[in-house]
Amino acid sequence: MAEVVLRHVSKSFGKTQVIYDMDLVVADGEFVVIVGPSGCGKSTVLRMIAGLEPVTGGVIEIGGRVVNDVEPKDRNIAMVFQNYALYPHMSVRENMAYGLRIRGMPKAEIAEHVARAAKILELEGLLDRKPRELSGGQRQRVAMGRAIVRDPAAFLFDEPLSNLDAKLRVQMRLEIQKLSRELGTTSLYVTHDQVEAMTLAHRMVVMNAGRVEQIGAPLDVYLRPASAFVAAFIGVPPMNLLAGRVGEGAFTLGNGLVVRLPAGAPRPPFGAEAILGVRPEHLAPVGEAEAALTLTVETIERLGADTLAHGTFDGNPMVVRLPAEATLQPGTRLALGLVPDEIHWFDPQTQKRLDLPGG
Amino acid sequence: MEKRVVFRSRWLPYALVAPQLAITTAFFFWPASQALFQSLLLQDPFGTSVQFVGLENFAHLFRDEGYLASFRITVVFSVLVAGIGLSFSLLLAVMADHIVRGALVFRTLLIWPYAVAPAIAGVLWIFLFSPAIGILPYWLAKIGIHWNHLLDSRQAMTLVVIAAVWKQVSYNFLFFLAGLQSIPRSLIEAAAIDGAGPMRRFWTIVFPLLSPTTFFLLVVNIVYAFFDTFGIIDSATQGGPGQSTTVLVYKVFQDGFKGLDLGSSAAQSVILMAIVIGLTVVQFRYIERKVQY
Repeated sequence: MAEVVLRHVSKSFGKTQVIYDMDLVVADGEFVVIVGPSGCGKSTVLRMIAGLEPVTGGVIEIGGRVVNDVEPKDRNIAMVFQNYALYPHMSVRENMAYGLRIRGMPKAEIAEHVARAAKILELEGLLDRKPRELSGGQRQRVAMGRAIVRDPAAFLFDEPLSNLDAKLRVQMRLEIQKLSRELGTTSLYVTHDQVEAMTLAHRMVVMNAGRVEQIGAPLDVYLRPASAFVAAFIGVPPMNLLAGRVGEGAFTLGNGLVVRLPAGAPRPPFGAEAILGVRPEHLAPVGEAEAALTLTVETIERLGADTLAHGTFDGNPMVVRLPAEATLQPGTRLALGLVPDEIHWFDPQTQKRLDLPGG
Repeated sequence: MEKRVVFRSRWLPYALVAPQLAITTAFFFWPASQALFQSLLLQDPFGTSVQFVGLENFAHLFRDEGYLASFRITVVFSVLVAGIGLSFSLLLAVMADHIVRGALVFRTLLIWPYAVAPAIAGVLWIFLFSPAIGILPYWLAKIGIHWNHLLDSRQAMTLVVIAAVWKQVSYNFLFFLAGLQSIPRSLIEAAAIDGAGPMRRFWTIVFPLLSPTTFFLLVVNIVYAFFDTFGIIDSATQGGPGQSTTVLVYKVFQDGFKGLDLGSSAAQSVILMAIVIGLTVVQFRYIERKVQY
């Protein structure tokens, strides 16, 4: 087990810079998830830590040792690949034993390690099968087995669940959570799925276009997104964002429509340009008199547990989360109220969060 | 889904396969049956008397020390051509797989020899190795090796093996390169993280995954060495010195067209035919089944 540290790490492919000055400390035994849209550089970060990509600038340390010029095999890490990368000509047993055999571990000891890993992952009945004889979920388990059998300093997961169907993904997510709790090994997990990030991470790193947008505990990130990007990326459906200018007790949007701000809500100074953010679950139907805004519903999604109403307000797409039994149809006009403590403000220039006192 | 086509007309399916059948009949079934028939006959060089001798031609062949020697020469030649050809091509393919800059030029140059006719390949190597005017014997003489493949049977064999391998390297190279490129990168990366160095990765991951390609090429190369090297041998050594590079297919030509022993030549063709049929069966049977991971 070990700490993984990134200091001012940057990466360029030729003239294209893909990672900008990244700092991250993954504490011993911590489970950190890097999440972001495709192409944000999250997999590149993982591959640099694994040693599969050279670092352009900065320093990577594993267990207190600078590993910039250390071969992957000498970094004492294990990686689970998106396509599992199981050796197709070897049985499950041989796949798991491969790394141990190369390290020259005695046969009896290898068998012991493999048996223990197989027991943890419930692979005991499958040890003599070839990868092609396994289902997607079983292959996924073997890939994990190959990682845990070596007892490495850190696990690296590169979108390990993206090739599974929705049901298996939920199941494996729970298993990974359980496994990481039992093993307590330092883990770095890359995904584009924010649900995986929210549920697995001790801390999550939200990345966008090669830069870190926010690092924090999942709920902190959810409750206090550091930028408009994070606000829109974390949460399903995403946070509603409206750009405009602050007026007297109201917020005027580009085309002149007005959002009435509830008394006591924090707000930027009068006349300032700002982005107002509010999550779909923090908009509630109210009487016309106290409504902050009125939304004309265009599309309705009934999810069973709740209902999502989509519409546009002043040209901005908006979505509201309503109770399952809400009676509405396309064309319904919804008068919606805001909760003073659940309003987020972002700077339109820097896109950063504005922390404002209540007023 | 039903993939078979069902024809309403009775004659259309036959008409559609007729061109292929006509070609196969004219260029394979008819000459093959002629060879089979001829192999049972004894004919004098001028064709004036023909006598039916049954399997006597075959019996005679297997008592003939010259024929058995030719068999041994063919085996040595094939093993050398297939062995050296495959290893050298694999080495080139592995290197080509790693280079990034100029990869296309490298590949194009390696594929060129395949476009050269066998006889021209033979002539090319004769010039290079000609004891009187060749540049290679001149260099070899400087390091104390006296080269004359017209006199030395080992050197003659070396020459035809080099020429035959050179001609086939392109083909093998292409298949190996395609095979290498179809191995997912993540497998190699996983092995690197598992602790395997480059050599170890090659022998434990890459080579086993290439085995279907390797087996296919092995059969193709043996068939090539057995049957397609006639042009090279004819232009480079004409089977000499003595009998030392007379492979089976060259002996068919020598006994038939030079020795005018048509019965024996036909019997040799039939034996070769049986060998190529055997190799084809091996290829179809095992390539799909045994060599799988």
